[in-house]
Amino acid sequence: MGTGVNRRSFLAVAGLLGLAACGTNTGRGGSADGTLRHWYHAYGEDGVQDAVRRYAAAYPDAKVEVQWNPGDYDSKLLTALQNGAVPDVFEAQVKVDWVRQKQVVELDDLLGDTRDDFVRTLLEAQTVDGRLYGIPQAIDTQVLYYRPSLLAKAGVAPPRSLDELVDAAARLNTGGVRGLFAGNDGGVAVLTGPLLWSAGLDFLSADGNGPGFDDPRAATAFGKLRALHEGGGLLLGAPTDWADPGAFVDGLVAMQWTGLWNLPKITAAHGSDVGVLPFPRLDAAGAESVPVGAFSAMVNSRSADVEAAKAYVKWLWVEKTEYQTEFATAFGAHLPARASLASKSLDSGPGKDIVGFVTSGGRIASPPRWPAAANTALSDAVSRIARSGADASGELRAAVETARREIGRR
Amino acid sequence: MNRRSTLAFWLFVGPFAVGLLLFTYLPIGWSAYLSLFDARNTVTPTSFVGLENYAAVLSDRAFLDSIGTFTVFAAFVIPLTMALSLGLALLVDRVKVARAFFRSVFFLPFACSYVVAALVWKMALFSGVDSGVANTVLGWFGVAPVAWVGQVDPPLYWVVLVTVRLWLQLGFFMILLLAALQRIPKHLYEAAWTDGASPWQTFRHVTLPGLRGALVAVFTLNLINAYQAFDEFYNVLGDSRGYPPFARPPLVYLYYNSLGSGAQDLGRGSAGAVVLAGVIALVTLLSGRVLRRRG
Repeated sequence: MGTGVNRRSFLAVAGLLGLAACGTNTGRGGSADGTLRHWYHAYGEDGVQDAVRRYAAAYPDAKVEVQWNPGDYDSKLLTALQNGAVPDVFEAQVKVDWVRQKQVVELDDLLGDTRDDFVRTLLEAQTVDGRLYGIPQAIDTQVLYYRPSLLAKAGVAPPRSLDELVDAAARLNTGGVRGLFAGNDGGVAVLTGPLLWSAGLDFLSADGNGPGFDDPRAATAFGKLRALHEGGGLLLGAPTDWADPGAFVDGLVAMQWTGLWNLPKITAAHGSDVGVLPFPRLDAAGAESVPVGAFSAMVNSRSADVEAAKAYVKWLWVEKTEYQTEFATAFGAHLPARASLASKSLDSGPGKDIVGFVTSGGRIASPPRWPAAANTALSDAVSRIARSGADASGELRAAVETARREIGRR
Repeated sequence: MNRRSTLAFWLFVGPFAVGLLLFTYLPIGWSAYLSLFDARNTVTPTSFVGLENYAAVLSDRAFLDSIGTFTVFAAFVIPLTMALSLGLALLVDRVKVARAFFRSVFFLPFACSYVVAALVWKMALFSGVDSGVANTVLGWFGVAPVAWVGQVDPPLYWVVLVTVRLWLQLGFFMILLLAALQRIPKHLYEAAWTDGASPWQTFRHVTLPGLRGALVAVFTLNLINAYQAFDEFYNVLGDSRGYPPFARPPLVYLYYNSLGSGAQDLGRGSAGAVVLAGVIALVTLLSGRVLRRRG
């Protein structure tokens, strides 16, 4: 008897301990206690964390606690949105599933007459079924950096078409300096979108209900990436990948496709010997482009005080333009999400050119309705076409079928 | 006394049993449950889809290719690991001086993080630039620099993936085999020498039978480890934007399917995890049975 009692007692205690452990830090609370919890992922640049804490402390209408989240932010956020009212406000890219499951709230009413000042494609990237769910915080983009001196020495003009890019990469491949670096996968990951845009196509169709690359011109565009691989001008196997400026800064390549965020390091290394270009067009029916994307501020629909959270987001990311400018430009090269602030931030040299590219040819890097499984299918197809010489039409047909099925699930 | 033993048993075992239940069996059960639902961005789904997720995973070319990747990886890694760890164990066993030193030297890489080792392999030893260690050595013999990770024809990335795995795990399996070697009775060797057996005959008829159990364990652990390969593949070939279709092992597939790149398709990911767990269990049981029977 005694043993049985002990076992039951033990299990009861263990159960209570377990429940107690589960019960602590449940994420409940939110603004019920008058405090707004604002989550950011961990930015790599020094000073960002201090800055956002300073912004939060300056908010006059509520106490705001900032939480910095190193590690797997996406998974942590997913769990939090499933289970609690915290965070009240968070940064992320809008996911259509969050909208379908009513985990985030509409924010259209926050913009007022500033709507036209936000870069249009950024707002579209946060819009599902015509409704806005995130206020863009900053712009990240990628461009083609090149060394004008090396191009001049090789007698190569800055490439404005895909054929010119293929030709330039091969001709610049001389004396230990390769022509182009676009990642150790030979550009598959970062150039898939620009290649589609170069042919006047996109990930999604115009109505967003199907794949946008069910077109023979997609095979032609991806065939140019195969030509880049066959031309021998691509740097493969660099110590760092496309997002890092190392290959370009260290003089391993004459051209590199990488982010605007690297502009300070690149100009520090090469001074005025730096030019920038958008991704070139396939032909006259296509377009030059740069991808744009960035985190936006969203409000958790389970927040204990949604209206207070929305008011805070409006104050920080719509009204406080000096904070938006500092957040985007003081800790690395990004652009404020509003066109008027972006043009003031970078008003000379390559930076000014990049602002122009974003305004005239910015395209959504990750549309909310573009499913990850469809992206994997397309990326796999492009990889096989470019790296293994697989039949472009057949590969794309299979990717179109997968994409159509996956988009249909949403 | 009996009561005290029971209390002690639960005091020691209880916390671990609760932990095992909460953090291992409950998630496994929940994962199996999730696999029957449409669970995108949710772990508490309501839309029952039956075996649809299983059908989707099993008809996905990427998943089937990942099994192929595993097969290639296992075909390289398992025999090499068994042969080289056995060779190292035999060498260390016979060394007369500083045996502990050599044992530690070979075991040390096992303490290294797979992520760190993968990055060192990718960025320093096998980088594609002229100054990479492997390319520098090739340069001494007049061979042009090679894009070890970047090129698929020929698929030299396997050199990077297999060598980093060997470097990391050989020491561990060497220790297992060394322990088994030292348990073989010495009088068996003395009898073999007395009978005039050659070194090969001694190895063939004394050492190998004595190691049979350990070799089966090494094979089984190797097999499971190979199925669970993730860190070195992800860090050598992947980046935040994606992962190439070749050399994508099952766990990397599942990561991208259910978590990475904003996928969060936990229903389909769970179905893949259940399939993979079943395949691992089945292959492990079958291989264990076959090896024991042959032994």
